[in-house]
Amino acid sequence: MPKLLGYSYKNSFARKLTSILTLSGISLVVFVFSAVLMLSNGLKETLVATGSDTNAIVVRKAANTELVSLVGRSQSDVVKTDKGIARAADGTPLFANEILVLISQPKRSNNDPSNVPVRGISDGSMKIRPNIKLIEGRMFNPGTSEIIAGKKVAGNFQGCGLGETVRFGMRDWTVVGLFDGAGSGFESELWGDVDQLMAAFERPVFSSLTFAIDPAYNIAEIEERLENDSRLQVDVLPEKEYYRLQSATFSTFINILGVAISVIFSLGAIVGAMITMYAGVANRTVEIGTLRALGFSRSSILGAFLFECLFIAIVGGLIGIGLAFFLQLVEVSTTNFDTFAELAFSFRMSPTIAIDAMIFSVIMGLLGGFLPAVRASRLRIVQALKTR
Amino acid sequence: MAQTMVQVNNVFKSYWRDTMEIPVLRSISFDIPEGEFVALMGPSGSGKTTLLNLLAGIDRPTQGNVTVAGSQISGLSDSSLARWRHDNIGFIFQFYNLIPVLTAFENVELPLLLTKLSKAERKKQVELALGIVGLADRMKHYPNQLSGGQEQRVAIARAIVTDPNVILADEPTGDLDKKSAEDIMELLSQLNAQYKKTIVMVTHDPRAAEKAHIIRRLDKGELVNGDGAR
Repeated sequence: MPKLLGYSYKNSFARKLTSILTLSGISLVVFVFSAVLMLSNGLKETLVATGSDTNAIVVRKAANTELVSLVGRSQSDVVKTDKGIARAADGTPLFANEILVLISQPKRSNNDPSNVPVRGISDGSMKIRPNIKLIEGRMFNPGTSEIIAGKKVAGNFQGCGLGETVRFGMRDWTVVGLFDGAGSGFESELWGDVDQLMAAFERPVFSSLTFAIDPAYNIAEIEERLENDSRLQVDVLPEKEYYRLQSATFSTFINILGVAISVIFSLGAIVGAMITMYAGVANRTVEIGTLRALGFSRSSILGAFLFECLFIAIVGGLIGIGLAFFLQLVEVSTTNFDTFAELAFSFRMSPTIAIDAMIFSVIMGLLGGFLPAVRASRLRIVQALKTR
Repeated sequence: MAQTMVQVNNVFKSYWRDTMEIPVLRSISFDIPEGEFVALMGPSGSGKTTLLNLLAGIDRPTQGNVTVAGSQISGLSDSSLARWRHDNIGFIFQFYNLIPVLTAFENVELPLLLTKLSKAERKKQVELALGIVGLADRMKHYPNQLSGGQEQRVAIARAIVTDPNVILADEPTGDLDKKSAEDIMELLSQLNAQYKKTIVMVTHDPRAAEKAHIIRRLDKGELVNGDGAR
């Protein structure tokens, strides 16, 4: 434990203005750093929440998204008979064949068009996704041009609210219900009858097949069986893993860009901390000489000044993280690079982000404090005591 | 017969300004027995403070040896010297040199942070030291809440709290009014008489020097009054 901890602590905030300025710089950088990680985390969490641990998804071999996947009706029939698919109480397989297409729709906020995913769902779709709840209106009637909308797409896009009409596939589609997707990416989608949508978009094939896994079988076994079936050219993935991969490119991009920006910002904060600490050393030359005369070693002085900067960095880090915490109230809607579809998600704080941000803050403090601390520790006692 | 506490043997000290050597002390030799109270006097620039710094181990002689409390300090490493200073020296500065962000208690406690004493033991020691200098009721005061005389008392408490072998005082009354200066000198006399502390004090003030048993005079870096007895 540093011997001059109390001295460091009290000095950290003795010069209020310079300390507050340094603190503000560090807080701001930590805020930006946290915000970027929270954005990436929010994207991941939203997409991972879209998938279920108990479901598996089937797409065309090597198709990394449903949008480029084509699964024929005959293939669907083969998959549907697999013994690894869980069954409902009435014996029907918990299985959904779906299509996913993108339509362009203007946003409510700025009238700019953006891609909205439209999912054609079948009988099993709601059964394998018990987290989807209708919150307003009613379910669409099969065989009609009725759709239901996720609550985020309803809020963000023109024509997608309850009772509104949206035109695509040469038809007008009426939104008859809104659903809550428990924070998943489904909330950014429009859902309609799969057969009606296939007809409207003149697509004879499905985009994906999703089914509930029978607990008696494990996913690896099902994967192996279906992927090796010569009638099928498909990839089988746990649904959660599939949606995690959907966030990979975008979240990596956000992380790299965000961390690069944070590092550039941090240089400013480090220089700010350094100036504060150099001023601190210059103002306290006599104190340093006195402490050395009392018997404190150079390393004690080095530690004292480093800790001083560290205190500022820790408080700055806590403030930055605290402010970033409130970003969770903010919702972002942007195009996912992996799917080209508009996705609404929120900033999400996590313990890992808080720890990373605090480590970042501490590193800034140590880098900012190091050179001034070395200077303080190297002062000659006699010279230091003469300074007044 | 008292043991020798300080032994200065043929000490020279020079400073360099660019390529020019500036001699400050020349061929200084003297002993100070344990329990003595010595005043170092002389005009400005005579080398008093430099000599005090050499005794304190915060500066090194260019030539010669300084032995204090049995340790020849001229040859100690930087870190050993810091440890030695802590164990053997109590330093009193002209301008008190208290840490402004720390209370009187915390200022006095500073040297004890280098010991293995527990918090409770440190508290006891600090209270004792502040009691000796008559400031037991000012423990929670910050330096800017104290008068000059009180600040110097806190500095004295800080100097004695580790029970050092030698107290070195550099113009301890130089920044004080007459009354406060008398009080401080009374306190130093008490520390010498009652607690048998060896004291070496640099001063310009003849009244302060009167309290010392021995006065050594320096002029142009040389001792000018032989054995220094008054």
